[in-house]
Amino acid sequence: MNFSELLNIGLMQGFAGLSLFAVLLLMGLGLAIIFGQMGVINMAHGEFMTIGAYTIYLSSHLTELYAPGLKQIYFPFAVVLAFFFAFLLGWLVEWVLIRHLYKRALDTLLATWGISLAMQQCFRTFIGPKEVSPNLPDWLLDAWAPVPGLDIPRNGLFVLALTLFVTGAVLLALSKSRWGLRVRATVSNRMMANAIGIDTSKTDRLTFAIGCGIAGMAGAAFTTIGSTGPTSGQLYIVDSFLVVTFGGAASLLGTVVSAFGIAQTQSLAEFFLHGSMAKVLTLSLIVVILMMRPQGLFASKVRR
Amino acid sequence: MSEPKNPKDLKEKSAINSADELFVSSFDLHANNRRRFLQGMSALSILAMPGLSFSADKLPTDKVNTTKLAVTDTEVIVGQLHSSTGTMAISETGSIQAEQLAIDQINAMGGILGRKIKVIKEDGASDWPTFAEKAKKLLINDHCAAVFGCWTSASRKAVLPVFEKENGLLYYPTFYEGLEQSKNVFYTGQEATQQIIYSLDWAKKEKKAKTFFLIGSDYIWPRTSMKIARKHVENFQKGTIVGEEYYPLGSTNFGSLMNKIKLQKPDCIYAAVVGGSNVAFYKALKAAGITGAKQLLVTLAVTEDEMTGVGGDNFAGFYSSMKYFQSLTNDNNKKFVAAFKAKYGKNSVIGDVTQAGYLGPWLWKAACEKANSFDVDKVVAASPGIELKMAPEGYVKLDENHHLWSKSRIAMGMPDGTFKIVSESPSLIKPDPFPKGYQ
Repeated sequence: MNFSELLNIGLMQGFAGLSLFAVLLLMGLGLAIIFGQMGVINMAHGEFMTIGAYTIYLSSHLTELYAPGLKQIYFPFAVVLAFFFAFLLGWLVEWVLIRHLYKRALDTLLATWGISLAMQQCFRTFIGPKEVSPNLPDWLLDAWAPVPGLDIPRNGLFVLALTLFVTGAVLLALSKSRWGLRVRATVSNRMMANAIGIDTSKTDRLTFAIGCGIAGMAGAAFTTIGSTGPTSGQLYIVDSFLVVTFGGAASLLGTVVSAFGIAQTQSLAEFFLHGSMAKVLTLSLIVVILMMRPQGLFASKVRR
Repeated sequence: MSEPKNPKDLKEKSAINSADELFVSSFDLHANNRRRFLQGMSALSILAMPGLSFSADKLPTDKVNTTKLAVTDTEVIVGQLHSSTGTMAISETGSIQAEQLAIDQINAMGGILGRKIKVIKEDGASDWPTFAEKAKKLLINDHCAAVFGCWTSASRKAVLPVFEKENGLLYYPTFYEGLEQSKNVFYTGQEATQQIIYSLDWAKKEKKAKTFFLIGSDYIWPRTSMKIARKHVENFQKGTIVGEEYYPLGSTNFGSLMNKIKLQKPDCIYAAVVGGSNVAFYKALKAAGITGAKQLLVTLAVTEDEMTGVGGDNFAGFYSSMKYFQSLTNDNNKKFVAAFKAKYGKNSVIGDVTQAGYLGPWLWKAACEKANSFDVDKVVAASPGIELKMAPEGYVKLDENHHLWSKSRIAMGMPDGTFKIVSESPSLIKPDPFPKGYQ
């Protein structure tokens, strides 16, 4: 084992940490918007991700059947489609259920958990209990090898790029757009925002739907990493909550920093220790830090 | 125990034989005396049930069932206990289908001891206490003569005390870690040594593998299997284990693991990653440039069922160690695959456990017929030595330790998601649930 090989492995390990960071951030982002900006604990977050993943599978399947020539380019469109499906369903769920429960935070937890169970059973009944994987275009498979011995996973690059794009867009929208302004106003003081003519219930609905849409996109991106089954969402939900809570519930920047911290700790620990022990170490660290800072890394500056 | 041993049994048997003779000739009434005529009529009344295929050796119910099982003159009730909901539904669906297929085929042949099999299906819902609860229901309320079911070791461990206490009979289809043997359970899948030792020896002999990297999901089956693999490599093959890693069940993040593999450069990756992690693991290998063309990988946990999720592209060139593959070309298997696809659709696939599930009802049928009884104790006593010549995997026989003698096979994954068998053990491998030197 010579120096250049070790250097390659070091670089690849650095990228493994980055790509885990991207995965965690993308997972947590939709949840952070809903939890942070609205105070709703969305237990069905994982299932909205699954919707996105199934959208990709469906697109891949239809492409294969009706337009095999489009195999190389369908994927980005399917990701956008995944956003819209999850967005629409989020809109519907908010209108039917969540809006009646804003004053009862714990009940939203129960209600969204119920939705998550119902959605899982729908997937199982209407799509099937078996796990599925879409046929990915060639540019998402394999490794990108700029020099021999240095293999950078293409799916990791894709998830990283998508995460940067989505996070950038959300941050920009929150700080610059009209919607962002309304959201921030509603978070700061709901009554006052209402009084000065902001339609807070409409803002809430849009925020919830956007959060769900981003979850859908995340699910779509994760089809490049894992498989999709009725209970796939359950795999992601714990990590998502971890990232959001650790970062500080009301801060998107906190979510970014927390995803980075957790990802680097986890991937380094995995490399130097063992897979399961890395998880133990990461979780213990999080528990200790949360004991010292119960409000998370970045505390909300909003007066309650 | 095919011959009845005590005088009472002998007497019963002769009485039955004369009744049978009588039935055959009972239309020729004037040749018989009055007493025999009455006997003949009673035999007729048992046999003349609607929809029943007459068999010459049909035994009265109070003879085949002395322990209050749910057996009538026309049917025998069995239970089926799998998860049709929850995470395990993915895997257990195949077993449910295969057991049902076997039962349908047995019924079409006239059932067991002249009685049709009726199935009570219960859903364990991927939840181990629910399995125990449903097992109690099947044994105590329904008096099932046999139960086909369970998939994970956890569910089997949950129902085991129930079956032992109520003296039930369980046919368990999954390949598993061994270290268990119960009077009330028959294990139709492979136990760990049958699967592991053959594949490790194959890797050493055919692929000249000396260094192994062991990877598993973090629970009892992979850990026990890898313990056996480590002992075998280190103590018997004099090879080296360069890494042993376990990842939480459901983990999809294998980036760091790929780099560790590259650092160690093992001759052989030996994997038992299961469930949702399985797919992520093979996608990660592919994305890290570790493919079948460059790296030997043998797994204990990819069957045709998993392949639909993993995708042929990601597994192409890697090897799987099982006792059964759908691509086996013997006549039994061709018939089995055709029947399975006719019933469940042409896109359905058959994995190792599905085939093992199919064997359960047939083994039970053979044991009941050998014992001439449905009583659990008699069936258990009759079971060792039972042979199945019609098994899709080929000839198998049941050992005294309640496990099956079976062949082990290694197959290579093809890009289209099928398996090509590259190696097969020359003879049946004796099951050894408590291997010496491996503890």
